[in-house]
Amino acid sequence: MNKRDLVVVGGGPAGMAAAVAAHENGVKDILLVERDQYLGGILNQCIHTGFGLDYFKELLTGPEYADRFIKKIRAIPDIEISLRSFVVRLAGDRTVTYLKPGGMFHVRPKALIMATGCRERTREMIHIPGTRPAGIFSAGLAQKLINIEGLLPGKEVVIIGSGDIGLIMARRFTLEGAKVKAILEIQPATRGLARNVVQCVEDFDIPIYFNHKVLKIGGRDRVEKVTVAKVDAAMKEVPGTEVVIDCDTVLVSVGLIPENEMIEMAGVDIDKRTNSPVSKEVNTTSIPGIFVCGNSFKVYDYVDSVTADSELAGRLAAEYIRGRA
Amino acid sequence: MTKKMVCIECPKSCLISVDIENCKVAKVTGAKCPRGVKYALAEAVTPARLFTATVIAEGLDLKLIPVRTDKPIPKKDIFRAVEEIRKLRIGKPVKAGETIVENFLGLGIKLLATREAVKGGCKNV
Repeated sequence: MNKRDLVVVGGGPAGMAAAVAAHENGVKDILLVERDQYLGGILNQCIHTGFGLDYFKELLTGPEYADRFIKKIRAIPDIEISLRSFVVRLAGDRTVTYLKPGGMFHVRPKALIMATGCRERTREMIHIPGTRPAGIFSAGLAQKLINIEGLLPGKEVVIIGSGDIGLIMARRFTLEGAKVKAILEIQPATRGLARNVVQCVEDFDIPIYFNHKVLKIGGRDRVEKVTVAKVDAAMKEVPGTEVVIDCDTVLVSVGLIPENEMIEMAGVDIDKRTNSPVSKEVNTTSIPGIFVCGNSFKVYDYVDSVTADSELAGRLAAEYIRGRA
Repeated sequence: MTKKMVCIECPKSCLISVDIENCKVAKVTGAKCPRGVKYALAEAVTPARLFTATVIAEGLDLKLIPVRTDKPIPKKDIFRAVEEIRKLRIGKPVKAGETIVENFLGLGIKLLATREAVKGGCKNV
Protein backbone atom coordinates (compact mmCIF):
# COMPACT_ATOMS: atom_id res chain seq x y z
CA MET A 1 0.00 0.00 0.00
CA ASN A 2 1.36 3.31 -1.16
CA LYS A 3 0.87 6.29 1.18
CA ARG A 4 0.48 9.91 0.23
CA ASP A 5 -0.51 13.14 1.87
CA LEU A 6 -2.99 14.01 -0.86
CA VAL A 7 -4.47 12.26 -3.87
CA VAL A 8 -6.44 14.25 -6.43
CA VAL A 9 -8.60 12.30 -8.87
CA GLY A 10 -9.14 14.15 -12.14
CA GLY A 11 -6.78 16.31 -14.20
CA GLY A 12 -9.28 18.83 -15.52
CA PRO A 13 -9.57 22.44 -14.37
CA ALA A 14 -10.93 21.45 -10.95
CA GLY A 15 -8.31 18.82 -10.14
CA MET A 16 -5.41 20.95 -11.34
CA ALA A 17 -6.54 24.03 -9.39
CA ALA A 18 -7.10 21.96 -6.24
CA ALA A 19 -3.69 20.27 -6.46
CA VAL A 20 -1.86 23.55 -7.07
CA ALA A 21 -3.72 25.28 -4.22
CA ALA A 22 -3.04 22.41 -1.82
CA HIS A 23 0.64 22.66 -2.69
CA GLU A 24 0.64 26.41 -2.13
CA ASN A 25 -0.87 25.71 1.27
CA GLY A 26 1.91 23.42 2.37
CA VAL A 27 1.05 19.94 1.05
CA LYS A 28 4.24 18.53 -0.42
CA ASP A 29 3.36 14.96 -1.32
CA ILE A 30 0.62 14.95 -3.95
CA LEU A 31 -0.46 12.40 -6.54
CA LEU A 32 -2.87 13.47 -9.27
CA VAL A 33 -4.46 10.67 -11.30
CA GLU A 34 -6.10 11.32 -14.67
CA ARG A 35 -7.71 8.73 -16.92
CA ASP A 36 -6.92 10.49 -20.21
CA GLN A 37 -3.44 10.69 -21.71
CA TYR A 38 -3.52 14.49 -21.40
CA LEU A 39 -4.27 16.93 -18.64
CA GLY A 40 -6.98 19.53 -19.22
CA GLY A 41 -10.18 17.50 -19.12
CA ILE A 42 -13.15 18.78 -21.06
CA LEU A 43 -11.41 22.13 -21.76
CA ASN A 44 -9.36 20.47 -24.49
CA GLN A 45 -12.42 19.95 -26.65
CA CYS A 46 -13.90 23.39 -25.88
CA ILE A 47 -11.94 25.14 -28.63
CA HIS A 48 -14.22 28.21 -28.59
CA THR A 49 -13.52 31.35 -26.56
CA GLY A 50 -15.32 32.50 -23.44
CA PHE A 51 -13.00 31.27 -20.72
CA GLY A 52 -10.76 33.13 -18.32
CA LEU A 53 -12.21 36.65 -18.21
CA ASP A 54 -12.86 36.40 -14.49
CA TYR A 55 -9.79 34.46 -13.38
CA PHE A 56 -7.12 35.61 -15.83
CA LYS A 57 -8.80 38.87 -16.93
CA GLU A 58 -8.24 37.68 -20.48
CA LEU A 59 -10.48 36.05 -23.05
CA LEU A 60 -9.17 32.54 -23.68
CA THR A 61 -10.19 29.34 -25.45
CA GLY A 62 -10.62 26.14 -23.44
CA PRO A 63 -7.25 24.65 -24.45
CA GLU A 64 -5.48 27.93 -23.56
CA TYR A 65 -7.15 28.04 -20.15
CA ALA A 66 -6.08 24.44 -19.55
CA ASP A 67 -2.56 25.17 -20.82
CA ARG A 68 -2.02 27.83 -18.14
CA PHE A 69 -2.70 25.29 -15.41
CA ILE A 70 -0.84 22.46 -17.14
CA LYS A 71 2.28 24.64 -17.20
CA LYS A 72 1.77 25.59 -13.56
CA ILE A 73 1.29 22.04 -12.33
CA ARG A 74 4.13 20.60 -14.43
CA ALA A 75 6.47 23.09 -12.80
CA ILE A 76 5.78 21.68 -9.32
CA PRO A 77 7.94 18.58 -8.70
CA ASP A 78 6.00 17.76 -5.50
CA ILE A 79 2.95 16.95 -7.60
CA GLU A 80 3.28 13.60 -9.32
CA ILE A 81 0.97 13.26 -12.31
CA SER A 82 -0.20 9.80 -13.29
CA LEU A 83 -1.92 9.79 -16.68
CA ARG A 84 -3.95 6.97 -18.25
CA SER A 85 -4.91 6.06 -14.69
CA PHE A 86 -8.48 5.00 -14.10
CA VAL A 87 -9.90 4.77 -10.60
CA VAL A 88 -11.93 1.60 -10.17
CA ARG A 89 -12.49 1.50 -6.42
CA LEU A 90 -12.67 3.86 -3.50
CA ALA A 91 -12.95 2.73 0.11
CA GLY A 92 -14.30 4.66 3.09
CA ASP A 93 -10.76 4.86 4.53
CA ARG A 94 -9.80 6.79 1.37
CA THR A 95 -7.92 3.92 -0.25
CA VAL A 96 -7.93 4.56 -3.99
CA THR A 97 -7.49 1.67 -6.43
CA TYR A 98 -6.60 2.57 -9.97
CA LEU A 99 -5.60 0.87 -13.18
CA LYS A 100 -2.89 2.16 -15.44
CA PRO A 101 -0.78 0.54 -18.14
CA GLY A 102 1.36 -1.90 -16.21
CA GLY A 103 -1.00 -2.88 -13.45
CA MET A 104 -3.35 -2.09 -10.63
CA PHE A 105 -2.25 0.26 -7.87
CA HIS A 106 -3.48 1.13 -4.39
CA VAL A 107 -2.81 4.37 -2.60
CA ARG A 108 -4.08 5.62 0.74
CA PRO A 109 -3.81 9.37 1.18
CA LYS A 110 -4.37 11.46 4.31
CA ALA A 111 -6.87 13.49 2.30
CA LEU A 112 -8.57 12.87 -1.02
CA ILE A 113 -9.98 15.37 -3.50
CA MET A 114 -12.34 14.02 -6.14
CA ALA A 115 -12.56 16.23 -9.23
CA THR A 116 -14.25 13.84 -11.61
CA GLY A 117 -16.55 16.23 -13.47
CA CYS A 118 -19.84 15.34 -15.08
CA ARG A 119 -21.29 13.02 -17.65
CA GLU A 120 -24.01 14.03 -20.08
CA ARG A 121 -27.67 13.26 -19.74
CA THR A 122 -28.84 10.95 -22.52
CA ARG A 123 -31.78 10.43 -24.81
CA GLU A 124 -33.04 7.64 -22.55
CA MET A 125 -33.19 9.99 -19.58
CA ILE A 126 -35.60 12.35 -21.33
CA HIS A 127 -37.70 9.48 -22.65
CA ILE A 128 -37.82 10.16 -26.38
CA PRO A 129 -39.78 7.39 -28.08
CA GLY A 130 -38.96 5.92 -31.48
CA THR A 131 -36.42 3.61 -32.99
CA ARG A 132 -32.80 3.21 -31.94
CA PRO A 133 -30.81 3.95 -35.09
CA ALA A 134 -27.22 5.18 -35.39
CA GLY A 135 -26.82 8.93 -35.49
CA ILE A 136 -27.91 9.95 -32.00
CA PHE A 137 -25.15 11.67 -30.03
CA SER A 138 -24.85 13.65 -26.85
CA ALA A 139 -23.61 17.14 -27.68
CA GLY A 140 -20.34 16.78 -25.81
CA LEU A 141 -19.55 13.52 -27.56
CA ALA A 142 -20.15 15.18 -30.93
CA GLN A 143 -17.85 17.98 -29.78
CA LYS A 144 -15.10 15.48 -29.02
CA LEU A 145 -15.56 13.71 -32.37
CA ILE A 146 -15.30 16.99 -34.29
CA ASN A 147 -12.68 18.89 -32.29
CA ILE A 148 -10.39 16.10 -31.13
CA GLU A 149 -10.90 13.20 -33.54
CA GLY A 150 -11.62 15.17 -36.71
CA LEU A 151 -14.79 13.24 -37.49
CA LEU A 152 -18.06 14.85 -38.56
CA PRO A 153 -20.91 12.84 -37.04
CA GLY A 154 -23.53 13.86 -39.61
CA LYS A 155 -24.68 16.24 -42.33
CA GLU A 156 -28.23 17.22 -41.36
CA VAL A 157 -28.61 17.79 -37.69
CA VAL A 158 -31.44 18.40 -35.23
CA ILE A 159 -30.40 19.50 -31.76
CA ILE A 160 -32.58 18.70 -28.77
CA GLY A 161 -32.15 21.16 -25.92
CA SER A 162 -30.68 24.64 -25.98
CA GLY A 163 -28.01 24.42 -23.31
CA ASP A 164 -24.68 26.08 -24.04
CA ILE A 165 -23.03 22.93 -25.41
CA GLY A 166 -25.94 22.46 -27.83
CA LEU A 167 -25.74 26.07 -29.04
CA ILE A 168 -21.97 25.90 -29.44
CA MET A 169 -22.28 22.65 -31.37
CA ALA A 170 -24.87 24.23 -33.68
CA ARG A 171 -22.20 26.71 -34.75
CA ARG A 172 -19.48 24.08 -34.90
CA PHE A 173 -21.52 21.78 -37.19
CA THR A 174 -22.41 24.76 -39.40
CA LEU A 175 -18.76 25.80 -39.76
CA GLU A 176 -17.81 22.22 -40.58
CA GLY A 177 -20.26 22.20 -43.47
CA ALA A 178 -23.24 20.41 -41.93
CA LYS A 179 -26.74 21.84 -41.93
CA VAL A 180 -28.36 22.39 -38.53
CA LYS A 181 -32.04 22.12 -39.36
CA ALA A 182 -33.42 23.01 -35.96
CA ILE A 183 -32.67 23.52 -32.29
CA LEU A 184 -35.66 22.36 -30.23
CA GLU A 185 -36.25 23.62 -26.71
CA ILE A 186 -39.21 22.45 -24.67
CA GLN A 187 -38.98 25.50 -22.37
CA PRO A 188 -40.13 28.97 -23.49
CA ALA A 189 -36.56 30.31 -23.34
CA THR A 190 -33.02 29.11 -23.90
CA ARG A 191 -31.12 27.41 -21.10
CA GLY A 192 -27.87 28.74 -22.49
CA LEU A 193 -26.20 32.13 -22.23
CA ALA A 194 -27.62 35.02 -24.29
CA ARG A 195 -24.17 35.54 -25.82
CA ASN A 196 -24.24 32.02 -27.22
CA VAL A 197 -27.65 32.57 -28.77
CA VAL A 198 -26.19 35.63 -30.53
CA GLN A 199 -22.86 34.26 -31.71
CA CYS A 200 -23.80 30.62 -32.31
CA VAL A 201 -27.41 30.74 -33.48
CA GLU A 202 -28.35 34.20 -34.76
CA ASP A 203 -25.02 34.76 -36.53
CA PHE A 204 -25.74 31.70 -38.69
CA ASP A 205 -29.54 32.01 -38.96
CA ILE A 206 -30.07 28.63 -37.31
CA PRO A 207 -33.76 28.06 -36.57
CA ILE A 208 -34.46 27.70 -32.86
CA TYR A 209 -37.92 26.61 -31.73
CA PHE A 210 -39.05 27.20 -28.16
CA ASN A 211 -41.98 25.32 -26.58
CA HIS A 212 -41.27 22.40 -28.88
CA LYS A 213 -40.62 18.77 -28.09
CA VAL A 214 -39.59 15.70 -30.01
CA LEU A 215 -42.36 13.14 -30.23
CA LYS A 216 -40.38 10.48 -32.02
CA ILE A 217 -37.07 9.64 -33.63
CA GLY A 218 -37.43 7.66 -36.86
CA GLY A 219 -35.05 5.61 -38.99
CA ARG A 220 -34.02 1.97 -39.22
CA ASP A 221 -30.23 1.79 -39.40
CA ARG A 222 -29.54 5.52 -39.37
CA VAL A 223 -31.61 8.45 -38.13
CA GLU A 224 -33.96 9.56 -40.95
CA LYS A 225 -36.31 12.00 -39.28
CA VAL A 226 -37.68 13.43 -36.07
CA THR A 227 -41.31 14.24 -35.43
CA VAL A 228 -41.80 17.38 -33.37
CA ALA A 229 -44.75 19.31 -31.97
CA LYS A 230 -45.51 22.45 -30.05
CA VAL A 231 -46.26 22.13 -26.36
CA ASP A 232 -48.53 24.22 -24.14
CA ALA A 233 -47.68 25.67 -20.73
CA ALA A 234 -48.25 22.24 -19.15
CA MET A 235 -45.70 20.71 -21.60
CA LYS A 236 -48.56 18.87 -23.29
CA GLU A 237 -48.45 18.41 -27.06
CA VAL A 238 -50.71 20.87 -28.93
CA PRO A 239 -52.81 18.82 -31.37
CA GLY A 240 -52.33 19.62 -35.04
CA THR A 241 -48.84 21.12 -34.62
CA GLU A 242 -46.89 17.99 -35.61
CA VAL A 243 -44.08 18.50 -38.08
CA VAL A 244 -41.59 15.99 -39.49
CA ILE A 245 -38.00 17.15 -39.93
CA ASP A 246 -35.73 15.03 -42.14
CA CYS A 247 -32.25 14.64 -40.70
CA ASP A 248 -29.46 12.08 -40.31
CA THR A 249 -28.26 13.12 -36.89
CA VAL A 250 -29.78 14.03 -33.55
CA LEU A 251 -27.78 15.77 -30.85
CA VAL A 252 -29.01 15.63 -27.30
CA SER A 253 -27.98 18.59 -25.17
CA VAL A 254 -30.09 18.27 -22.07
CA GLY A 255 -27.82 18.78 -19.13
CA LEU A 256 -25.09 17.20 -17.07
CA ILE A 257 -24.91 14.82 -14.13
CA PRO A 258 -22.11 14.98 -11.56
CA GLU A 259 -20.07 11.80 -11.68
CA ASN A 260 -19.90 10.56 -8.09
CA GLU A 261 -20.19 6.78 -8.19
CA MET A 262 -16.74 6.34 -6.61
CA ILE A 263 -17.49 8.36 -3.48
CA GLU A 264 -20.87 6.69 -3.28
CA MET A 265 -19.00 3.37 -3.25
CA ALA A 266 -16.94 4.73 -0.36
CA GLY A 267 -20.10 5.47 1.60
CA VAL A 268 -20.46 9.23 1.05
CA ASP A 269 -24.07 10.48 1.27
CA ILE A 270 -25.32 11.34 -2.21
CA ASP A 271 -28.37 13.42 -3.11
CA LYS A 272 -30.07 11.12 -5.61
CA ARG A 273 -31.85 13.96 -7.40
CA THR A 274 -28.67 15.77 -8.37
CA ASN A 275 -26.08 12.99 -7.90
CA SER A 276 -24.05 15.47 -5.86
CA PRO A 277 -22.68 14.84 -2.36
CA VAL A 278 -24.97 15.93 0.46
CA SER A 279 -23.11 18.79 2.07
CA LYS A 280 -23.63 21.97 4.06
CA GLU A 281 -20.66 23.72 2.55
CA VAL A 282 -18.93 23.72 -0.79
CA ASN A 283 -16.41 20.91 -1.50
CA THR A 284 -17.05 18.85 1.64
CA THR A 285 -18.77 15.47 2.02
CA SER A 286 -20.19 13.32 4.80
CA ILE A 287 -16.81 11.57 5.17
CA PRO A 288 -14.10 13.82 6.67
CA GLY A 289 -11.01 13.88 4.51
CA ILE A 290 -12.90 13.22 1.27
CA PHE A 291 -13.45 16.42 -0.65
CA VAL A 292 -15.23 16.95 -3.97
CA CYS A 293 -14.73 19.95 -6.23
CA GLY A 294 -15.67 21.32 -9.64
CA ASN A 295 -18.51 19.91 -11.69
CA SER A 296 -18.64 16.72 -9.65
CA PHE A 297 -19.64 18.81 -6.62
CA LYS A 298 -22.22 20.84 -8.54
CA VAL A 299 -22.73 21.80 -12.17
CA TYR A 300 -21.03 25.15 -12.81
CA ASP A 301 -21.72 27.56 -15.67
CA TYR A 302 -18.19 28.98 -15.83
CA VAL A 303 -14.81 27.34 -15.53
CA ASP A 304 -13.52 30.46 -13.78
CA SER A 305 -15.82 29.69 -10.84
CA VAL A 306 -14.71 26.04 -10.92
CA THR A 307 -11.13 27.20 -10.51
CA ALA A 308 -11.97 29.54 -7.63
CA ASP A 309 -13.97 26.93 -5.70
CA SER A 310 -11.46 24.17 -6.42
CA GLU A 311 -8.67 26.28 -4.98
CA LEU A 312 -10.76 26.39 -1.83
CA ALA A 313 -10.93 22.58 -1.91
CA GLY A 314 -7.14 22.50 -2.06
CA ARG A 315 -6.94 24.75 0.99
CA LEU A 316 -9.52 22.69 2.89
CA ALA A 317 -7.58 19.49 2.18
CA ALA A 318 -4.34 21.16 3.33
CA GLU A 319 -6.00 22.24 6.57
CA TYR A 320 -7.37 18.75 7.12
CA ILE A 321 -3.94 17.19 6.61
CA ARG A 322 -2.35 19.71 9.02
CA GLY A 323 -5.04 18.97 11.59
CA ARG A 324 -4.18 15.26 11.51
CA ALA A 325 -0.42 15.72 11.72
CA MET B 1 -31.54 55.16 -35.03
CA THR B 2 -30.86 52.85 -32.10
CA LYS B 3 -29.25 49.45 -32.46
CA LYS B 4 -29.82 47.04 -29.61
CA MET B 5 -27.48 44.13 -29.06
CA VAL B 6 -26.43 41.48 -26.57
CA CYS B 7 -22.78 41.83 -25.70
CA ILE B 8 -20.83 38.59 -26.29
CA GLU B 9 -17.61 39.63 -24.58
CA CYS B 10 -18.33 37.81 -21.33
CA PRO B 11 -21.04 35.61 -19.85
CA LYS B 12 -22.88 38.57 -18.28
CA SER B 13 -24.46 39.15 -21.71
CA CYS B 14 -25.25 42.88 -21.18
CA LEU B 15 -28.00 44.37 -23.32
CA ILE B 16 -26.40 47.37 -25.01
CA SER B 17 -28.01 50.18 -27.03
CA VAL B 18 -26.07 52.16 -29.58
CA ASP B 19 -27.62 55.46 -30.71
CA ILE B 20 -26.60 56.42 -34.20
CA GLU B 21 -27.12 59.96 -35.51
CA ASN B 22 -26.02 61.14 -38.96
CA CYS B 23 -24.20 57.87 -39.55
CA LYS B 24 -22.10 58.36 -36.42
CA VAL B 25 -22.29 56.69 -33.01
CA ALA B 26 -23.74 59.25 -30.62
CA LYS B 27 -24.16 57.24 -27.47
CA VAL B 28 -23.56 53.73 -26.04
CA THR B 29 -25.69 52.69 -23.07
CA GLY B 30 -26.04 49.49 -21.08
CA ALA B 31 -22.46 48.23 -21.21
CA LYS B 32 -21.09 47.48 -17.75
CA CYS B 33 -17.42 47.54 -18.78
CA PRO B 34 -15.04 49.05 -21.38
CA ARG B 35 -14.90 45.77 -23.30
CA GLY B 36 -18.64 46.08 -23.84
CA VAL B 37 -18.36 49.64 -25.17
CA LYS B 38 -15.65 48.54 -27.58
CA TYR B 39 -17.73 45.56 -28.68
CA ALA B 40 -20.83 47.70 -29.22
CA LEU B 41 -18.97 50.27 -31.31
CA ALA B 42 -17.59 47.55 -33.57
CA GLU B 43 -20.87 45.62 -33.71
CA ALA B 44 -22.77 48.74 -34.83
CA VAL B 45 -20.40 49.32 -37.73
CA THR B 46 -18.62 46.08 -38.75
CA PRO B 47 -19.63 43.04 -36.70
CA ALA B 48 -16.59 40.87 -36.03
CA ARG B 49 -15.92 37.65 -34.16
CA LEU B 50 -12.91 35.88 -32.74
CA PHE B 51 -12.62 32.89 -35.01
CA THR B 52 -11.84 29.45 -33.61
CA ALA B 53 -11.38 26.17 -35.49
CA THR B 54 -9.01 23.22 -35.79
CA VAL B 55 -6.16 22.60 -38.22
CA ILE B 56 -5.20 19.09 -39.31
CA ALA B 57 -1.92 17.91 -37.77
CA GLU B 58 0.46 15.58 -39.58
CA GLY B 59 2.82 13.30 -37.67
CA LEU B 60 2.01 14.83 -34.28
CA ASP B 61 0.42 13.25 -31.22
CA LEU B 62 -2.77 15.22 -31.78
CA LYS B 63 -4.92 14.71 -34.87
CA LEU B 64 -6.04 18.33 -34.78
CA ILE B 65 -4.55 21.53 -33.43
CA PRO B 66 -7.12 24.01 -32.12
CA VAL B 67 -6.52 27.54 -33.40
CA ARG B 68 -7.91 31.05 -33.03
CA THR B 69 -7.38 34.46 -34.51
CA ASP B 70 -5.60 37.00 -32.32
CA LYS B 71 -8.22 39.63 -33.15
CA PRO B 72 -11.86 39.42 -34.24
CA ILE B 73 -12.36 38.95 -37.98
CA PRO B 74 -15.28 40.52 -39.86
CA LYS B 75 -18.35 38.31 -39.69
CA LYS B 76 -18.61 38.24 -43.47
CA ASP B 77 -15.18 36.57 -43.67
CA ILE B 78 -16.02 33.63 -41.41
CA PHE B 79 -16.71 31.11 -44.17
CA ARG B 80 -13.67 32.31 -46.11
CA ALA B 81 -11.70 31.60 -42.93
CA VAL B 82 -13.17 28.08 -42.78
CA GLU B 83 -12.08 27.41 -46.38
CA GLU B 84 -8.58 28.66 -45.64
CA ILE B 85 -8.27 26.57 -42.47
CA ARG B 86 -9.13 23.40 -44.44
CA LYS B 87 -6.08 23.89 -46.65
CA LEU B 88 -3.65 24.21 -43.72
CA ARG B 89 -1.51 21.42 -42.25
CA ILE B 90 0.71 21.52 -39.16
CA GLY B 91 3.64 19.09 -39.17
CA LYS B 92 5.95 20.63 -36.59
CA PRO B 93 5.40 20.60 -32.81
CA VAL B 94 3.66 23.77 -31.61
CA LYS B 95 3.09 25.51 -28.31
CA ALA B 96 -0.10 27.21 -27.19
CA GLY B 97 0.02 30.79 -28.41
CA GLU B 98 2.42 30.07 -31.29
CA THR B 99 1.65 31.83 -34.57
CA ILE B 100 0.51 29.45 -37.33
CA VAL B 101 -0.26 32.06 -40.00
CA GLU B 102 1.21 35.55 -39.81
CA ASN B 103 -1.27 37.35 -42.07
CA PHE B 104 -4.46 35.30 -42.03
CA LEU B 105 -6.73 35.95 -45.05
CA GLY B 106 -4.66 39.04 -45.76
CA LEU B 107 -6.46 40.78 -42.90
CA GLY B 108 -3.31 41.56 -40.94
CA ILE B 109 -4.57 39.18 -38.28
CA LYS B 110 -2.58 36.27 -36.82
CA LEU B 111 -3.78 32.70 -36.56
CA LEU B 112 -2.55 31.18 -33.28
CA ALA B 113 -2.37 27.61 -32.02
CA THR B 114 -4.21 27.27 -28.72
CA ARG B 115 -2.86 23.92 -27.58
CA GLU B 116 0.56 22.37 -27.34
CA ALA B 117 1.23 19.46 -29.68
CA VAL B 118 4.36 17.33 -29.60
CA LYS B 119 5.76 14.37 -31.47
CA GLY B 120 6.07 10.96 -29.82
CA GLY B 121 5.59 11.85 -26.23
CA CYS B 122 2.93 11.42 -23.66
CA LYS B 123 5.05 12.54 -20.71
CA ASN B 124 4.88 11.00 -17.25
CA VAL B 125 3.03 7.85 -18.15
